[in-house]
Amino acid sequence: MTPSTSRANARIETRFNDSTVPARAGAGLKAEHVDAILQDDYRIGFLEVHAENYMGDGGAPHRALSAIRQNFPLCVHGVGLSIGSEKALDKAHLDRLKKVVERYEPGLVSEHLAWSTHDNSYYNDLLPVPYDQPTLDRVCDHIDQVQEVLGRKILLENPSTYLQFDHSTMSETDFIAQIARRTGCGLLLDINNVFVSATNQHYRPLTYLSEFPLEKVEEIHLAGHATDTDDDGRPLLIDAHDRPVDDAVWKLYDIVIGQMGPVPTLIEWDNDVPDWPVLRREALRADEILERRAGNYMLGSRHAAIC
Amino acid sequence: MRQSAEISAPGKIAPLGDFTNALVNPDLPTPKGVIGPGGAKADKRFNVYRNNVTVGLVNALVDIFPAVHRLVGDAFFRKMARVYVQAERPRSPLLFEYGGTFPQFLEAFAPVKHLSYLADVARLERQWLDAFHAADSPVLEAQDLGAVNPEDLPQARFTRHPAAHVLRSSFAVVSIFSANRSGQSLADIDPDAAEDGLVSRPHHDVEVRQLPPGAAVFLTMLMDGETLGQAASQAADEAEDFDLATAISGMLEAGIFAGISINTNSKRETIHDQSD
Ligand SMILES: [Fe+2]
Repeated sequence: MTPSTSRANARIETRFNDSTVPARAGAGLKAEHVDAILQDDYRIGFLEVHAENYMGDGGAPHRALSAIRQNFPLCVHGVGLSIGSEKALDKAHLDRLKKVVERYEPGLVSEHLAWSTHDNSYYNDLLPVPYDQPTLDRVCDHIDQVQEVLGRKILLENPSTYLQFDHSTMSETDFIAQIARRTGCGLLLDINNVFVSATNQHYRPLTYLSEFPLEKVEEIHLAGHATDTDDDGRPLLIDAHDRPVDDAVWKLYDIVIGQMGPVPTLIEWDNDVPDWPVLRREALRADEILERRAGNYMLGSRHAAIC
Repeated sequence: MRQSAEISAPGKIAPLGDFTNALVNPDLPTPKGVIGPGGAKADKRFNVYRNNVTVGLVNALVDIFPAVHRLVGDAFFRKMARVYVQAERPRSPLLFEYGGTFPQFLEAFAPVKHLSYLADVARLERQWLDAFHAADSPVLEAQDLGAVNPEDLPQARFTRHPAAHVLRSSFAVVSIFSANRSGQSLADIDPDAAEDGLVSRPHHDVEVRQLPPGAAVFLTMLMDGETLGQAASQAADEAEDFDLATAISGMLEAGIFAGISINTNSKRETIHDQSD
């Protein structure tokens, strides 16, 4: 039914040319944008897909992604592995992820610090984990398992959070830094998530960023958020992915790139998806910052430490 | 491999089971141990997750069942879908597989009892999406059939194409589905006129057709691996006006089969076997 694993592993040459994801702007791939992206004179740096959307057996999704992959570098972003789950990882799902990764040879593979599955039910949301020792141990075991099955390093993404657990014993940055150290995984820094969580949990985003192990960051996410209010009437930001990136998030992004140098940067826009030119405009804005900072960075002006 | 025991220190930490139950049941309180900054109350905070889960799954049902959605209207569909989401979550992170039991739910859901055709429209939409994601496979061509010795034809068996589905209905399910998806009026359709539907993906796109009399029996039997001879005689028994030539040209056009095999005693001949 499927090609034997040994044969897949023994394959030396890759089917696609550029697997490396450049330190440029990329976009989350939407089916309705595929033709526009392929025909556009502006060549986006890379595209990123949710792995689960390409876990069907065949048909139009695979046809579209194959056309994209022949022309662009790709990132595969899992949303359903439930790495923060209380129970063991779903082996069948991990195998499906492996299949997608083997088929499309992405430059980067990432997942979330969250859970979404419990007792065979999938909740279709990135649910929060307590930051305590048992959870840390379990998440590390799960990431070890994922990296072993895929035979490669994955990136772990910091979450947007709306609440805390009273039994958490460490900060999110400490929790994430320990995971990266123990498992050797890379990190995906979602700066909109930093801004959303910082606002919701009442800390300064720059404090969070100064504690975050930026040297392990291999990709950045930027997205738009919505504004609501919490139980006490204070702002509660929602990670909505339904609008342009907020100016405050662009500012943080500029600072982070100034600090760590250019890194592949994804614009996420998953709800109320606009026409391609609107998304492209967001990508161009990121490209501009990356280019400007690349110049500074190469001139050696690596001073602007986050504090 | 049980890894969960160590984290459920009783009395202190709410297990994820409490968290998930409260996610889909608005009558349950915010789970123990869930707080805002500085230990603040977190009901509205927890509701963000409740809302994400429910709205996300309701939206998935809107995407999977667009015709049912338009037939009952957005506000009603969303209320109804919430009831379904509370009862049944996806079993895997492949959201496009969700809603397999939605047709049965519609049959039992009293507020839509009068729309007796609704469940079959949902079945057709579920088959449509299964066909959309089905494995790629070449389809059986006329020349493949032509290559078979005519004497052997009654013994021929066929391999179902992964995207092919037959739906037998007591309602005008294909007419309702097609009019709805193309934005046409349903005014001229008699919903109680029984129709058989065929879903397939002969080239790139999923196609839905109405089947002529007898064809549903004929194709279902062939899909189940019966011989051409058996299927043709069963179809003729069921429908007097069953036309074998039309049924065969229709099945070739719709790409319902991926291969043919003739099993005459010892010799077995296969064309378009999926393994190649
Ligand atoms: Fe993200």
